[in-house]
Amino acid sequence: MSQATPSQTVGPFFGYALPYGDGPRVVPEWHPDAIRIHGRVLDGEGEPLPDALLEIWQAGPDGEVPTSVGGLRRDGHDFAGFGRSATDAAGHYWFSTLKPGGPVPHIAVIVFARGLLKSVATRIYFPGEPGNAEDPVLSGVPADRRDTLVAVREDDRSYRFDVHLRGEQETVFFAA
Amino acid sequence: MSDPHPPYLHPPYRSTPLRAPSQPLVVPKYGPDAIELSGPVFGEAELGLLDNDLTKQHTGEPLGERIVVTGRVLDSDGRPVPHTLVEIWQTNAAGRYIHLRDQHPAPLDPNFTGAGRCLTDADGRYRFVTIKPGAYPWRNHHNAWRPAHIHFSVFGRAFGQRLVTQMYFPGDPLFAHDPIFGSIPDEKARDRLVARFDMDTTVPEWALGYQWDIVLGATPMED
Repeated sequence: MSQATPSQTVGPFFGYALPYGDGPRVVPEWHPDAIRIHGRVLDGEGEPLPDALLEIWQAGPDGEVPTSVGGLRRDGHDFAGFGRSATDAAGHYWFSTLKPGGPVPHIAVIVFARGLLKSVATRIYFPGEPGNAEDPVLSGVPADRRDTLVAVREDDRSYRFDVHLRGEQETVFFAA
Repeated sequence: MSDPHPPYLHPPYRSTPLRAPSQPLVVPKYGPDAIELSGPVFGEAELGLLDNDLTKQHTGEPLGERIVVTGRVLDSDGRPVPHTLVEIWQTNAAGRYIHLRDQHPAPLDPNFTGAGRCLTDADGRYRFVTIKPGAYPWRNHHNAWRPAHIHFSVFGRAFGQRLVTQMYFPGDPLFAHDPIFGSIPDEKARDRLVARFDMDTTVPEWALGYQWDIVLGATPMED
């Protein structure tokens, strides 16, 4: 076994290196099936983080994991499954994407930030999905914290998912 | 094997107390699924031709000490990870990021942005040409200075292996005073963040060379 390289914080100044124009657009906003996933990243006192970065990775509407290239430069039509969005001054991020398929639709999320010495991993589930109750990961989380993994539906095309790094509403984070 | 990673809560690094999760991480009952076990795929067509040479991204030569930084991305069994995306960002030679919120009164370099990307080759090797970054003060505590470092972002084979870390330079007198470097409890693990000066990588009449391998955590396995 080789010894793993330790993690270090992304720091506050990743903003000219990691974010890119199409980062939040897993599909363009004009796509007929595009949904918006957005929210804020908040600290233990409920203050928004202006220097956090989220990455998402998800299956397509057919439930299949994407295998094509194109997470950095997309041709404007394809769905690549990967997205990257930095928070703005109000701690807000957003993605334009497609709702994943499969028996229990969900999106993998990784959060980086100044002050996080190692990234945190979580999942976004969708409200009202019949499979949610049987999902082994979601149902394996303590019942009183399960809501932190389920997005709030705003309308047919918009879901809110806030990430609380710490505190009473702390989001459930998973060990890899 | 002890956990090489720093704890989330490390009070000497003052940004952690309000941002470190307080609850233990949840181990998924039936393990990660197809999403965490796979990862996004990036291709050469997505990169710019000069993305891996930070000294050629502008019309003029950047100021400072030109260096070559190279090494391999490996998995926990020591096997190379080919064709994976490696991204870097750093200060210029004077210790200033081009980021607008970095107001450290050191000069900006019009010929240096400090951001680069490449894919590892078939042997898992990455290579960047850049400028040695400078140390800079930050306001974490009285007289706080970051050792010179280059930020690295690596994807690996699976989303569960995603790593962001920092590469440091050998012999830096600031190591003992830096709470971010010092957040890693194990000395040997800390040492793995320090690159090795290497005469074979050094290019005569042109650039000093550093070797630094990145070892990713185990690929998450299904039970």
